[in-house]
Amino acid sequence: MAKMTGKEMVVEALKREGVDVVFGFPGGAIIDVYDQLEKDGSIKHVLVRHAQGAAHAADGYARATGKVGVCIATSGPGATNTVTGIATAYMDSIPMVIFTGQVPTGLIGNDAFQEVDIVGITRPCTKHNYLVKDVKDLSRTIKEAFYIARSGRPGPVLIDLPKDVQNAKAEFEYPDKIKLRSYNPVIEPHGKQIERAYRVLERAKRPVIYAGGGVIISDAHNELRELAERTCTPVTMTLMGLGGFPGTHELNLGMLGMHGTYCANMAMANTDLIIAVGARFDDRVTGKIEAFAPFAKIIHIDIDPTSIQKNVKVDVPIVGDCKKALRKLVNAVKVAGRPEEAWCDQHQSWLEQIRAWEERHPLGYKEEPGVIKPQYVIEKLYEMTKGRAIITTEVGQNQMWTAQFYKFDKPRTFLTSGGLGTMGYGFPAAIGAQMAFPDKLVVDVAGDGSIQMNIQEMATAMDQKLPVKIVILNNRFLGMVRQWQELFYEKRYAATKFETTPDFVKVAESYGATGFRAQKPEEVEAVLKKGLETDGLVIMEFAIAREEGVFPMVPAGKATTEMLLV
Amino acid sequence: MKHTLSVLVENTPGALSRITGLFSGRGFNIESLSVAATLDPTLSHLTLVTSGDDFIIEQIIKQLNRLVDVYKVVDVSEGDFVEREMALIKVRAEAETRAEILRMCDIFRCKVVDVSPKTYTIEITGPESKLKAVIELLKPLGIKEITRTGTIAIIREKKTA
Repeated sequence: MAKMTGKEMVVEALKREGVDVVFGFPGGAIIDVYDQLEKDGSIKHVLVRHAQGAAHAADGYARATGKVGVCIATSGPGATNTVTGIATAYMDSIPMVIFTGQVPTGLIGNDAFQEVDIVGITRPCTKHNYLVKDVKDLSRTIKEAFYIARSGRPGPVLIDLPKDVQNAKAEFEYPDKIKLRSYNPVIEPHGKQIERAYRVLERAKRPVIYAGGGVIISDAHNELRELAERTCTPVTMTLMGLGGFPGTHELNLGMLGMHGTYCANMAMANTDLIIAVGARFDDRVTGKIEAFAPFAKIIHIDIDPTSIQKNVKVDVPIVGDCKKALRKLVNAVKVAGRPEEAWCDQHQSWLEQIRAWEERHPLGYKEEPGVIKPQYVIEKLYEMTKGRAIITTEVGQNQMWTAQFYKFDKPRTFLTSGGLGTMGYGFPAAIGAQMAFPDKLVVDVAGDGSIQMNIQEMATAMDQKLPVKIVILNNRFLGMVRQWQELFYEKRYAATKFETTPDFVKVAESYGATGFRAQKPEEVEAVLKKGLETDGLVIMEFAIAREEGVFPMVPAGKATTEMLLV
Repeated sequence: MKHTLSVLVENTPGALSRITGLFSGRGFNIESLSVAATLDPTLSHLTLVTSGDDFIIEQIIKQLNRLVDVYKVVDVSEGDFVEREMALIKVRAEAETRAEILRMCDIFRCKVVDVSPKTYTIEITGPESKLKAVIELLKPLGIKEITRTGTIAIIREKKTA
């Protein structure tokens, strides 16, 4: 076999992995890989304006497609700028491979120009990472990185490439399959545990399925729906789980937790069986842990054993792929042969109770004449896109209103930073999603705070002629923090009021995009209509009720039944 | 409760720091840690003493297993095991105490490995409790310096066929 340089190996490996687009920002320590990408010409490179944007775009691409997202950055500041994006992907289990340039091996440790120990820095926020010191190890390392990133509980993997390694030569060996003795995620769930789970389910009178991001990652939405329908069991979802079960389904309870629906939180507080699927009992979901689901037995399906029994005691742990586990559980239901009506009879009074909670406190908001309510904007957006758009969000109130008022029926249509809660995520993620699906409608729902964290990527979207639509809910506040200050800090609005905000319509125009603004409720529909119909990149800015809050709200550290309602 | 974990890990740069980083990052506790090569040069063996309730120990073991470089984790304190630690203790040994120190060494089966006009350096091996006892007894005589290996452990084989 002919020898190859390190940079040639990188490009060749990307091709073998089926990577068609990479996001990045060049620099001295990665210029050789860039040169090779250019010479080769078969992989599309998206030049961002900030390396953080590259990481989020790769993440958005991965969430929208289920494939591994790839980004490239140079050494030092290029590498450190990707860290927020890497940590975002890590917290939400998103498969990504990040290539960073590094100073030549001989200079490592010398505090050379643009040198940073990125492998050390990203150790706690990557699934795994590598510093490749010898070109002989490079091809195998890339193979491993992609395998690790996408298998088991997915996550970001970083490969640090010293400049001399990019130019050194060795044999390129790229096996089709790889086996690592120290890394063998459990995929097949244990049959005995499935049987135990079925026996518990069979007896439950008030069961709830609690579905998280794992359902989406493992493409288990069909199996989840089948289980819910066959056994007449209602489903609540975490923020990451939205889209994993149809938002318009009659068994859907909506999101649970801090800003979850009244009926979802009441159901969790009163259930006698939680079937947790690919979720991790995060503090935003459980509230005060001692008061969480006091009557419930718990079946917990997760591919990552560390998620099980981390925060709550579990009665039936099932380690394995969500899709496979749910398929087996559905089969157990089928084999047992109890008719669907019998299940529905058994859960009838429970479902009635849930409906009563739903009717008592449905999701809602108070209309005020002359003032645009953000929830209304999202409702209209939902109507006008017929629920078919890929929606990304930033973080804060914009994210929660979207989660509450846009009904996601399909997986991989709601891209949001759940675990890390990264402001500035949504827009670059929308760019990644739009690169993957040029013909789909991709909308970033943003606040005026978050959008300014990566607004420079407007230029990237223009470069690529991406028709991303940005909805800015502008309250000239950092709204979520302001809401906490209003409720728990006697309205002392410390550092949450923006004295200066740009004219977003002009910002759009200055990049060559289009901008619209609505200041009154009656303008909302027209602006959305124009905005969605206009070709290319569009900003739609809505001047919303400045001190509108997100409700229901469970104050941090309180029991989830202690909700502040509208 | 104290637990002694035996961990086999890929002998790669950074593997140890992944493990110690895991402990500090997640607020777990390391009481002692000792690392050395195994017969297979690609694997290192690490003995780690930690403490916590069952819930925490379960998490620690799972989290260790989750690291890509970790090959195997065994909680040796689950069953019968042998644990040993070694210490080198430099103790003040003046004319009036030299004989007493030697007697103590005899009782605890320590070895004197270095002698100077005013000090003895003692090598002692045993479970942590024995080291503790010796150190307590030597303290009043004046310990000048002490260095310890940390615990290593191995599971006892079954005594019946």
